[in-house]
Amino acid sequence: MTSIIPARTAPSRTRPRPTGSAARTVPAPLAPRARLLPSLAAVYRAQLSRARVARIPLLFVATFQSVGIMVLMRGVVDGGAEARAVVAGSSVLVVAFVALNLLAQYFGQLRAGGGLDHYATLPVPPAAVVLGAAAAYASFTVPGTVFTAITGSVLFQLPMTHLWVLVAVIPLSGAALAGLGAALGLLAPRQELATLLGQLGMSAALLLGVLPADRLPEPVGWARDLLPSTYGVEALARSFDASPDWGMIGLFLAVCAVVGVLSLAVATWAYRRAAVR
Amino acid sequence: MSTGTAQAQSDTGTVCAVRDLVKTYPAVRGRRGAPATPEVRATDGISLDVERGEIFGLLGPNGAGKSTLVRQLTGLMRPDSGSVEVLGHDLVRHPERASRLIGYLGQESTALDELTVSLAAETTGRLRGLHVREARAERDAVLEELGLTELAGRPLKKLSGGQRRLACFAATLVGDRPVLVLDEPTTGMDPVARRAVWAAVDRRRAERGATVLLVTHNVIEAETVLDRVAVLERGRVIACDTPSGLKEKVAGEVRVELMWRERAPLDVPEVAALRPSAQESGRRWVLRLSPDEARAAVAAVTGGAAFAALDDFTLATPSLEDVYLALGGDAANASKGLVKA
Repeated sequence: MTSIIPARTAPSRTRPRPTGSAARTVPAPLAPRARLLPSLAAVYRAQLSRARVARIPLLFVATFQSVGIMVLMRGVVDGGAEARAVVAGSSVLVVAFVALNLLAQYFGQLRAGGGLDHYATLPVPPAAVVLGAAAAYASFTVPGTVFTAITGSVLFQLPMTHLWVLVAVIPLSGAALAGLGAALGLLAPRQELATLLGQLGMSAALLLGVLPADRLPEPVGWARDLLPSTYGVEALARSFDASPDWGMIGLFLAVCAVVGVLSLAVATWAYRRAAVR
Repeated sequence: MSTGTAQAQSDTGTVCAVRDLVKTYPAVRGRRGAPATPEVRATDGISLDVERGEIFGLLGPNGAGKSTLVRQLTGLMRPDSGSVEVLGHDLVRHPERASRLIGYLGQESTALDELTVSLAAETTGRLRGLHVREARAERDAVLEELGLTELAGRPLKKLSGGQRRLACFAATLVGDRPVLVLDEPTTGMDPVARRAVWAAVDRRRAERGATVLLVTHNVIEAETVLDRVAVLERGRVIACDTPSGLKEKVAGEVRVELMWRERAPLDVPEVAALRPSAQESGRRWVLRLSPDEARAAVAAVTGGAAFAALDDFTLATPSLEDVYLALGGDAANASKGLVKA
């Protein structure tokens, strides 16, 4: 270690020492804040690019898990309402795996590893960080969810006419589950706990979403009603009907949207709390 | 490279004034597998003034309170009491303003690890409020300046520690800030990267009058790049002056280093007599002696029986490390914490 540029030290020694009052009179201008939408777009883009580096294998796992479950359930259910529930549940499970489980793990890891400091020392609105990450994770689920829904429709010979409803189901249940995942990841006091909560949330989405509702005991049915992914599952399941009840589908999706807004607000609050101690 | 011109032009006073800063971490009760820790005063009444265009260093062993102080300066942590004023803004009352005044390089790169060097710099610039076009132009300029252009497409994760550090430093520079707070910026870097960092810091100081607050472990680096340095121990500033000013405090001492071939010949009485005042690490002995004592010690080990066991020896004027020890620093910590060679 020899090649370092020498710094001149003499001037600072002879300099008089003001006690801070000189600077107090005229505060320096502040650099501009980053505005919400541009910084949200920047976070979203950065998060999407992470998929290329780190997330691809897990996205495959999410899809294969759902396809595997449908293949297994094919021997158990025999068409009709139950088949619709299985296909819809498996499709939304991909969203739960990625948006809830992986996002909870990501924020838990970011918080434990001091990564939140990076964002907290930039003039970026907390909502931009949370929404950008949540939107990116919801986007990661698109290929897997579409693939699962189509595969399921083929396996159980369901009509694919109304599968376009995924255009609403993925972002809305994505918002609800990603908000939940982000809030869990940011609120969990320890990283392992964030991982555990994410896994539990996904397991709940698996069991309560894929198993047909009318076969569940009553208390488990209530838990099912409390889980936000249920409403995405219900909306998708009803779209397989020959003439879907669009009113009910709209209502279920509205529940997803409300849960999404609430959970993302909680996650933003949790981020603010986690970033500055 | 000249570093003094900008200082002379824009020397208009204090950029960062810290007064009586106190932060106490509460005691933690022991749990299974985690022993109890007592209450710790991480910063214990710290007061500092950093002036415009200065490269100001915080030096001290692990746990001295450097990082806590930096977190309080950057708005990441609220002090229990005391004040922090940066460029006329009260950062204890308005911690959110810190991000609009200060470019901060922390020790962790978790948030950027999975991005490419180029995207990490661009995204950070955009989150500092730059428009896409500005962010890209600044990104390109900074990567070029630091010699990172060839690595621009590689994810940080796949880089070596020093390269990753340099990429994080690049992200810190995108989106100009009048104050830079750098927490051990050159850890793990090779000499070329270090030189790039100090050249970039110097350029910002010369062209824009930037002020730099630097946390460092590295005494050698501290001596060469810092204008002034505050030595921290157990949450207190135990000395604050220019490196040469600090060294004058121990000007009467000479540092003698002896390197034995296998081990010290303790059967030689002169060598045995030196042992109590030596700091031993393996085959290496370090002694701080008055000039006369040093002369006698060198004569003793270079003549007679001890010489056969001697591999190498050096005599040197004191370094900042010696200053730290002379100020009452903890020698046991200093040997592992203060100097990261």
